[in-house]
Amino acid sequence: MSADLHTLTLAQMHSALQAGDVSSRELVDHSLKRIEATNPDLNAILQVDVEGAQASADAADASRSAGNAGPLTGIPMAHKDIFCTKRLNTTCGSRMLENFAAPYNATVVDRLNEAGMVMVGKANMDEFAMGSSNENSYFGSVGNPWNKEYVPGGSSGGSAAAVAARMVPAATATDTGGSIRQPAAFCGITGIKPTYGRVSRYGMIAFASSLDQGGVVAATAEDCAMMLHAMSGFDERDSTSADVEVPNFAAGLNESIKGLTIGLPEEYFGDGLEAAVGDAVQAGIKELEALGANVKSISLPNQHLCIPAYYVVAPAEASSNLSRFDGVRFGHRCEDPKDLEDLYKRSRGEGFGPEVIRRIMIGTYTLSAGYYDAYYKKAQQIRRLISDDFDKAFESVDVVLGPTTPSPAFKRGAKTDDPVSMYLNDLYTVSANLSGLPGLSMPCGFVNDMPVGMQLVGRAFDESRILAVAHQFQQATDWHQKMPATV
Amino acid sequence: MALTPEEVRSIAHLARVGVDDATLTELATDLTTVLELVEQMNSVDTTGVEPMAHPGAAQLRLRADKVSEENQRESLQAPAPSAEAGYFLVPRVIE
Amino acid sequence: MSWEVVIGLEIHAQLATKSKIFSGASTAFGAEPNTQACAVDLGLPGVLPVMNAQAVEMAVKFALATDAQIGRTSVFARKNYFYPDLPKGYQISQMALPIVGEGSVTVAQTDGTEKEVGLTRAHLEEDAGKSVHDQFNDATGVDLNRAGTPLLEIVSEPDMRSSAEAVAYARHIHSLVRYIDICDGNMQEGSFRCDANVSIREKGDTELGTRTEIKNVNSFRFLERAIEFEIERQIDVLESGGTVVQETRLYDADKDETRSMRSKEEANDYRYFPDPDLPPLVVDVTFIESIRATLPELPHVRKARFIEDLGLPTDDAVALTADKRVADFFEATLDDSFKPRKAANWMTGELFARMNKEEVSLSEVPVSAEQVKGMLIRMEDGTISAKIAKQVFDELWAGAESADAVIEAKGLKQISDSGAIETMIDEVLAANPGQVEEYRGGKDKLMSFFVGQVMRASKGKANPAQLNDILKKKLDG
Ligand SMILES: [Mg+2]
Ligand SMILES: [Zn+2]
Repeated sequence: MSADLHTLTLAQMHSALQAGDVSSRELVDHSLKRIEATNPDLNAILQVDVEGAQASADAADASRSAGNAGPLTGIPMAHKDIFCTKRLNTTCGSRMLENFAAPYNATVVDRLNEAGMVMVGKANMDEFAMGSSNENSYFGSVGNPWNKEYVPGGSSGGSAAAVAARMVPAATATDTGGSIRQPAAFCGITGIKPTYGRVSRYGMIAFASSLDQGGVVAATAEDCAMMLHAMSGFDERDSTSADVEVPNFAAGLNESIKGLTIGLPEEYFGDGLEAAVGDAVQAGIKELEALGANVKSISLPNQHLCIPAYYVVAPAEASSNLSRFDGVRFGHRCEDPKDLEDLYKRSRGEGFGPEVIRRIMIGTYTLSAGYYDAYYKKAQQIRRLISDDFDKAFESVDVVLGPTTPSPAFKRGAKTDDPVSMYLNDLYTVSANLSGLPGLSMPCGFVNDMPVGMQLVGRAFDESRILAVAHQFQQATDWHQKMPATV
Repeated sequence: MALTPEEVRSIAHLARVGVDDATLTELATDLTTVLELVEQMNSVDTTGVEPMAHPGAAQLRLRADKVSEENQRESLQAPAPSAEAGYFLVPRVIE
Repeated sequence: MSWEVVIGLEIHAQLATKSKIFSGASTAFGAEPNTQACAVDLGLPGVLPVMNAQAVEMAVKFALATDAQIGRTSVFARKNYFYPDLPKGYQISQMALPIVGEGSVTVAQTDGTEKEVGLTRAHLEEDAGKSVHDQFNDATGVDLNRAGTPLLEIVSEPDMRSSAEAVAYARHIHSLVRYIDICDGNMQEGSFRCDANVSIREKGDTELGTRTEIKNVNSFRFLERAIEFEIERQIDVLESGGTVVQETRLYDADKDETRSMRSKEEANDYRYFPDPDLPPLVVDVTFIESIRATLPELPHVRKARFIEDLGLPTDDAVALTADKRVADFFEATLDDSFKPRKAANWMTGELFARMNKEEVSLSEVPVSAEQVKGMLIRMEDGTISAKIAKQVFDELWAGAESADAVIEAKGLKQISDSGAIETMIDEVLAANPGQVEEYRGGKDKLMSFFVGQVMRASKGKANPAQLNDILKKKLDG
């Protein structure tokens, strides 16, 4: 095979491997070369594991020869650096964990290893997954492959940029308030955050435990389906892991969407949405109608409270989750601490970046004596209202659809001084996290030469449905096939 | 609600995060802005609404009381900044 | 001025599970530092807690044993603070919704009366690790083997009015948790720890005074002394016109005093909130009933039965029901051929004395209840006397198979043949004509001399009742 190997989708790579047109070793070597060539410009990949990847590729080729290959065997991929891996350090984008070699693999890592996927490297991310632009990484910001002056989105910006630049066909990602869907939209690729509990959180460094969910970014819904299937399923090491059957997502992709009812929340198309983005989404809706879906206007009346509630719940959980980074058992420790308090304060003050500190501070404050009811409890109550809104919506629709983000990717540095305007990136995505519902973003057009995305939200554990809608949209359109000029 | 640098200092202490005075002032502004955003929650009456701490209606699963972990001190202590004789070391704590 | 003392206790009982509350690491005491602390116990990045079923069962067992409400839905919460022995920066505990709600226990007091003490709640939580301050230069060493050991924190109402009542209550709970087999009660190893909340107020006041919390008390004796010291201290403060400060105080056994622990006071904004890693714990009726089925007959019920059905004196019934193994042992020694009281007497007398002497607990006693029963039967049927029984018991302790085997092998069978006893008496009387003369002259005390002589002649085997009988007849003739 020729130099355009990297433009193959994950599914196409699988077919090529099956047909014997290419070996896993060739795919992996090609991916490594591609990283070497394009990563210096983008900074999407933090660490590369040449030796480990080649060994895994050879092992994959051997098992294929022995007739033991599955759909993912031998296909290169990258892990967001939030997933603990025994090979390579696990930094979570933080100085705090700059030298942290995890003694264990995350469950997701084990499962994809077992499925035969080959990790070529670890993807950059906003520190501790806190951010919407990947400008909060201690290891430098990430460029958007469509225009490196622009952000790739965050916090899974490294994963999304790596896939958009076709360094790897797919990457793991995590989503606490939109961190899979928003970068997928900004980078013109497909990303799915499954239902809370679908993918084990064991070994995935926690940001906000009741919102975090692992998922995948890839070029197509089909690729997402294939990889998500291998990542999903009950894990006894995670008490919030759901013991529910995992359907073969890929097998359901061709299920007809004729007669399906798609709900369009009026709140997703009002103030705050950039007009051109709205137009792209409307065009996408027309396409789905042409495929036989019915659309219906609905209301999510508490939508305007999603961001306020989210910015209480997430920092509160984060402030507690990040207490373990204290310089005692692992991670950054300051030089010559003079006493215990000095050890804590300097190790944490030096180890965490400004956005992480900001969120720890907000969370500490809102949980503190006298403020709990006004902030934390209130936010939990609003979370209930938001979740109830979706329950009600799903009584009359099968899928909820809207823009993934209010606007396309912005220039690097444009919003770094204003945390609140940065937070509004998550306007349409956080509600799925607050409710625990599956959400998917797929490309649906361009605004000023930057991609924009359309979001689908499904019922709990109904990933099959949103994947099928996305797949059929992608059969009828070619937005997902567009690649940056550098590819 | 506007936070003063002094209030921010006490929050930073509670969170054991060392920040210098300039950062303290900046944080006071940032946190105040975020709190203003967050206080939009007050626009809705939530009397009687059951707080939601977890998505879905999951119940706690229990595991059997079995020792499944062997001694892995060597590998688990490998990332420690300071350890000796099997102990993690911190500056002397006076009790 | 007349003061009233108000005491409430918080008891931390380590639950006797094999593995930790949220991980599969062992809870065994005394291992090399950090060899029983897995990734979860160390709070490494990304790892998650998974609840131990046995700890839940034990908490429910405690609730059933104290007639307490069971929190059908309880919630784990995080208590946030920084300390080196607290690896995650928070302790997983229960706050608003504990698994055990209000209950009560009836506590026997030393003066023989009983007092009902209310239980506010009991909740599940994880233990912290241990710090070592004396092993390194300018450094504290942290051992997290204990981190994650399940605790049941049992909180009483402020119902105690003296240090003696507080100790009686603590002993009662100590006995109960061992009785229902949820805690080994080892205070030296820290398996059972008491914190006391102490306040005083003027007699007749209904409002509580400001309380202090005394920590680090690892024996009942120290508990009593710490409370006594604290009462005196508070009275001194108030009587000299001062005010009691709400604070945590540490008991120093060497100096026999409590002192302020200001270091722990400073940051007590714990920011409790529901642990997002752990969904609510729901226990259903089926689960509760399955635990109820495993619950042993409780000490107070058993005590009443021992008194009413077995006819034991109250003090024996109390002594025999404080420890389940003792009560079980006692019941296993019973036989239709003798009165339960006989076994009770023997246990509270001979057995307990021997255990004290050898400094062993019942589980270390090398004699089985079955062996004791065999011995008691032989005492009852006259084969051996109480005195010979001691010898038999020594042999059993040393490894003999049964009382019958010892009696047979050592020829200890009691002589109940009146002819043989008479012969021995005649020989003794004939050998001591002077004493016979004195006795007949009114020196009654010599009776025991003759009994002793005949016993010696019989090597202790003469049936004492028969011996007395015949001897009296011969002398008084
Ligand atoms: Mg406690
Ligand atoms: Zn290529």
